[in-house]
Formats: sequence, structure tokens, C-alpha cells
Amino acid sequence: MGAIQPKVSEPVSDELALVEAAKAGDDAAFEELVRRYDRNVFRIAQHITQNREDAEDVVQDAFVKAYTNLKQFQGQSKFYTWLVRIAVNEALMKLRRRRPERTVSLDEDVKTEDDSVPREVADWSPNPEQQYTQAELRDILDRTIHGLPATFRTVFVLRDVEGLSTEETADALNLSIPAVKSRLLRARLQLRERLNKFFQRRERANGLQHPVSGDGNQ
Amino acid sequence: MKCSEFLHELTDYLDGVIDAGTKSELEEHLAWCHNCYVVCDTTKKTIEIYRDSKLYELPENLETKLRSAIAARCKSHKNKTSEGKA
Repeated sequence: MGAIQPKVSEPVSDELALVEAAKAGDDAAFEELVRRYDRNVFRIAQHITQNREDAEDVVQDAFVKAYTNLKQFQGQSKFYTWLVRIAVNEALMKLRRRRPERTVSLDEDVKTEDDSVPREVADWSPNPEQQYTQAELRDILDRTIHGLPATFRTVFVLRDVEGLSTEETADALNLSIPAVKSRLLRARLQLRERLNKFFQRRERANGLQHPVSGDGNQ
Repeated sequence: MKCSEFLHELTDYLDGVIDAGTKSELEEHLAWCHNCYVVCDTTKKTIEIYRDSKLYELPENLETKLRSAIAARCKSHKNKTSEGKA
């Protein structure tokens, strides 16, 4: 079994030139940066806030904040990593406002008992996602990832969905590299565990609940 | 190698950022431990399914709306800043 294929990111060779042009007042250059990254920022914001209206606000607020603070961007990291850091902070603020009863912080080390130890080991069908329509699959994936703590969800989304490196994720979230790795492992294992009931081989699932009838958050 | 040790290395193994010695120990473990093989395989599939999913794609009409709103807010900020300087 081999490693997962790294996600191929878009070339960023001209990114710095665009940032420099935008800093000098070229709005078309900043608009190009928006065009380049708005889909990514929307996805990240939606994953964190789990709410489309909040995600729309986060996309706007993150880009406007980047624009107004562009002179503070020193080029020590990629512009995209800097933008992601702004967007994650905006998204977490939305989440805190929406759920004031729950403290949401990326620093918290969410510890649930033995959450990294697989409890159920069941082989999956060869192409488990093909058992479902696109709409059903999205619903399953959405509800499943929704059940993760925000801190795990965010690391998983940046590393595995958006394809940032461990170092970039640590930089964007202001976490140490071991903290990113630990959260990523637990996020991956918890998602796998939760997806078991949808994707395990049908012949082994006989007599169990219907695969789409669960809530995805057991 | 114990299963817990295997799990500890799983993320680096799946990311392909592991030294050759540890990799060969992990693969030796995978060769006889069916449970770890299944956990490794299904974790890999979990990542691939999420990565390939079109979850939370930005619809084109919403993208246009957001771009216009961002451009308008940036312009307004620029105008205020230049008025302040004048």
C-alpha cells in the first residue's frame, strides 16, 4: 500500500508579483488574487462554520482584511497561507458568536478517551463512494465531518482537502508541527471510524442498520 | 512492531514522509496484521474521498456576487483612505 498522492497545487510563481502590484495600488492584481483563492477560502470557511451564510461573510471579511492589511504581509510565508490564517480566524470568530456557549479554540487539545484507537475494523467495498448518488455522498461526508471538533476539522481540511503542507498548516493555524500531526491523525481516524457504517462491505453489513439511515455522528 | 506503534506512524506513512527503515518495518507489520491493513487502507480511502468530493463548491452565481462585494468594499476602503490623506 503506498502513500496518498500529494495534491497538485496551482503554480504560485507569479503570486508574489501580484501581491507587490496590489500593494502598489493595482486593484486588478488584487482581484486576480481573489479569483485565484475565493473557492478555497469559501470551502475552508464552510467547513469550519458549517453554515453557508457565515461562510459567505467570512470570504468577504477575509479578503477585505487582507486588502486593508496588505502592507503588513512581508512575504515570509506564501500569500495563500497568510490569507488562510486570516480566513480561519474570521471563521472561528463567527463560530464563537454563533455558539457562545462553547469555547472554540484551535489551541485546545480535545481529548476524548481512546479516540485514536479504531474500535471497528471492517473492510470497505472497492469503490464505496459509488454506492451513493453525488447528493447522498455529499450529505454523508458533510454530516460526518460536522461531528468532528472544530480543531480536528480545521486541520483535516487544510491538510487533506486543501492540500497545504504540514508546515503551512502549522503556520496558518499558529500550531506546532507535532500538534498538527497529532490532530490530523485523530481527525483521519475518527472520520474513518464514522464512515465505516456507510462504506463497509454490504455482505458484512447484512442484518445491520441501513447504510444511509444513521446520523453519521455516533 | 505493535499495532499502537503502527497507528502512531500512520499519518507520516500515508503522507510518504517516513524514512526507509521505518517504512519497511510498517510494511512488514501490514503484511501480517489484517486489522492494521484495513485501518490503513480505509483511512487512505477516507482522505481520497474527501479530497475528491465537491463538498462546499462555490456556485458560480455566488462567486460573482462575492467578488463584486469584495471589490466594492475594497474600493470604499481605498476612497476613505485617500480622503483621509487629502
